[in-house]
Amino acid sequence: MTNSQLTPGVVPGRLTAESYCQNFADVAPPLDGHEARVAADRCYFCHDAPCVTACPTAIDIPLFIRQIATGTPEAAAKTILSQNILGGMCARVCPTENLCEGSCVRETAEGQPVQIGALQRFATDTLMAANAHPFARATPTGKSVAVVGAGPAGLACAHRLAMRGHDVTIYESRPKPGGLNEYGIASYKAPGGFARAEVDWLMQIGGISVVENWQLGRAGDGTLDDLLARHAAVFLGMGLAGVNALRIPGEDRDHVTPATDFIAELRQAADLAALPVGRDVVVIGGGMTAVDAAVQAKLLGAENVTIVYRRSQADMPASRHEQDHATAAGVRIIANAMPVAIHGNGAVREVEFAYTRPGPEGIERLPETFRLKADQCFKAIGQTLEGTPEAIRIAGGKIWIEHSGRTSLSRVWAGGDCALGGDDLTVTAVAQGRDAAEDIHTFLMGA
Amino acid sequence: MANLTSNFIGIKSPNPFWLASAPPTDKEYNVRRAYEAGWGGVVWKTLGAEGPPVVNVNGPRYGVIHGADRRVLGINNIELITDRPLEVNLREIKSVKRDYPDRALVVSLMVPCDEDSWKAILARVEDTGADGVELNFGCPHGMAERGMGSAVGQVPEYIEMVTRWVKQHSRMPCIVKLTPNITDIRKPAEAAKRGGADAVSLINTINSITSVDLDDFAPEPKIDGKGTHGGYCGPAVKPIALNMVAEIARSPATAGLPISGIGGVTTWRDAAEFMALGAGNVQVCTAAMTYGFKVVQEMISGLSDYMDRKGFTSTADLVGRAVPNVTDWQYLNLNYVTKAVINQDDCIKCGRCYAACEDTSHQAIAMSPDRVFTVKDEECVACNLCVDVCPVENCITMKELPKGAVDPRTGQVVGDYANWTTHPNNPSAQAAE
Repeated sequence: MTNSQLTPGVVPGRLTAESYCQNFADVAPPLDGHEARVAADRCYFCHDAPCVTACPTAIDIPLFIRQIATGTPEAAAKTILSQNILGGMCARVCPTENLCEGSCVRETAEGQPVQIGALQRFATDTLMAANAHPFARATPTGKSVAVVGAGPAGLACAHRLAMRGHDVTIYESRPKPGGLNEYGIASYKAPGGFARAEVDWLMQIGGISVVENWQLGRAGDGTLDDLLARHAAVFLGMGLAGVNALRIPGEDRDHVTPATDFIAELRQAADLAALPVGRDVVVIGGGMTAVDAAVQAKLLGAENVTIVYRRSQADMPASRHEQDHATAAGVRIIANAMPVAIHGNGAVREVEFAYTRPGPEGIERLPETFRLKADQCFKAIGQTLEGTPEAIRIAGGKIWIEHSGRTSLSRVWAGGDCALGGDDLTVTAVAQGRDAAEDIHTFLMGA
Repeated sequence: MANLTSNFIGIKSPNPFWLASAPPTDKEYNVRRAYEAGWGGVVWKTLGAEGPPVVNVNGPRYGVIHGADRRVLGINNIELITDRPLEVNLREIKSVKRDYPDRALVVSLMVPCDEDSWKAILARVEDTGADGVELNFGCPHGMAERGMGSAVGQVPEYIEMVTRWVKQHSRMPCIVKLTPNITDIRKPAEAAKRGGADAVSLINTINSITSVDLDDFAPEPKIDGKGTHGGYCGPAVKPIALNMVAEIARSPATAGLPISGIGGVTTWRDAAEFMALGAGNVQVCTAAMTYGFKVVQEMISGLSDYMDRKGFTSTADLVGRAVPNVTDWQYLNLNYVTKAVINQDDCIKCGRCYAACEDTSHQAIAMSPDRVFTVKDEECVACNLCVDVCPVENCITMKELPKGAVDPRTGQVVGDYANWTTHPNNPSAQAAE
């Protein structure tokens, strides 16, 4: 430990080795067998259960909880995974308080929902610990499908296609598969290399090959036409590679970077003590990315971390649970303020904000401004679609799709964050990938 | 604080809560602790005849049925009568009774079915100063194979004969404990009464297998790969016990025969229900075995509060109060019409009432796309299943249709009391006078 929390600038090693371990341990430790049994006993086995309706992948939650309660967690896992092949990761990262648990009737009854997420993790962890893969491939069809992007949408699509007997090639721009599960979420949500382990487990279905470091449209890699020439169908699930700019003076100063880069770097870091972080960190934005970056900056030893959001705190896309997690970690949240300038000499030293208020034309900037000390500033105001083929129809900044995931181009489907209709959630991406796969299957089999 | 003192067939106790003859009352150590915790009385675990004591298995002797959160709903056991020497038990009984003169102490007995055996043990029990005896004609396992326990209790003639011996050779009050493993509980009760019993106690445990080990394919509790039926008790048996108590209380042949109610009493409310159906006091075992002796404190405070609320000045005010309302099906009012009503403010929208009614009953609950559940009066037969499965107490209630109203299901006007005996569909209906 060469530095401390008080060391100015962006430096590594602010904490003891032990602190890094503690800070980045599992944020929600798994239930043990007894805890799972007690939690499962609370489920009322509702008719046409609201939790199922609230789940984008429509997992049969009452059934899998009953299967846990009766001592068959592997059967529970199969119930989960047959709807959502990334049920293990979703159990860790889903904003359950807005989805299944938010609609649990025991939330209505007692303000205390059944712990659906934790139970889902218990079931899927049990199955994965046994390294069992409960699905088998259908007789090979001889058809080949390209999947662009090995994130949640691509993986879900690939698995379902492989299960239906098709051969799948996944083209991934990064060195590892997993997408945002591997590069884009806070590391304490899925520690222990879970994202990678889940992909390896998923691949056990067979019939899927992955081409890494391959980017659509990049010279030397290939174009959509190349893929269409080689494969019977193409699924686009490459996510959002671009980052929205602040468009304010000083944005090009040193240590002003996209929050997504910081999160990815942190996730891939072999040694957290080697990762530099500022003493005073400012995060601009109000979504999950902002929270993940802010909390992790704090956990890396930043002395002061502030999230600044231009609308009210209630409007923040990050769930209430996430906001509370941030404030409990010592992050300050300032709402109703927009960045107007980044000051400094070479590197950022201060970020200047103007107060805002809601107006008829959206938010209005007020004359009064304030400055926050900052030696590091993360931008987390949303990502943008990049590198799409020109011919494809775009709507609202995303690839236009029909309900089944079909794009405007023949033999091309899309899903996940790059496509219309997602909520930028892992679970939605999985649902879109899965449903597109079923539609591709129907198409390929000549229905 | 209401007056909870109890006088059961002349045996006085500070409250009507006794510990039943069972493992908790097998020795002085336990019984002293029970009295210190507040139990009004104890029926000492069954003594056998002079000689080498019986032996118990050395593996598990209890099986269990769990509800949610491993709540104990029922326990069965294959334990026999006391496996300690007779003289040790008698010495301890004498010592305990001397130190707790205000508490009831009844001794349970089970000896071979001959007059000399009974005569011999009665004299020795009387010498301890115990308040009375309870004849164990109920134990369904082990001892029954040797011609005792429920082997006697299932033959009314034997009950009458042994009871008569006991009354002949002892001045002590005599309670006959009945087995529920019989078709008509009134027959053994009548036999006990004919034999001169001062009271009956019921129910003893029910023949049962609690579960089966699906790897070893053996019933639980299993001993070296084999199992045998055991006696079932605890909250799960309460409904069976309540009915049997009520049958004896309302039968003209046994009406007025004092009853000690046993079978799943866990809370003050259970005790009050037994008493309302005619039990003069109650005996408890499983609740103590699950939670320890302290549970009696809740029973005492709960019954006291209830009696105060009701203005009862003595437990006698409660005993038998519900008996006149236990009747035969044929006398139930067929013109009493109710309809389920769902309180929308209390409803948590789980839909269990809907699933139950739609799948298994009368399709009398409607479900809207936004999960509002409403009763269709024109279909509702008032079966009460929705009330039973609703997780929120009092969210669904039954509303009585007033006289003169039209039942939308039948189109009939709600009329005066009328039962099956006069119903036109009854082939043996008596013509209206």
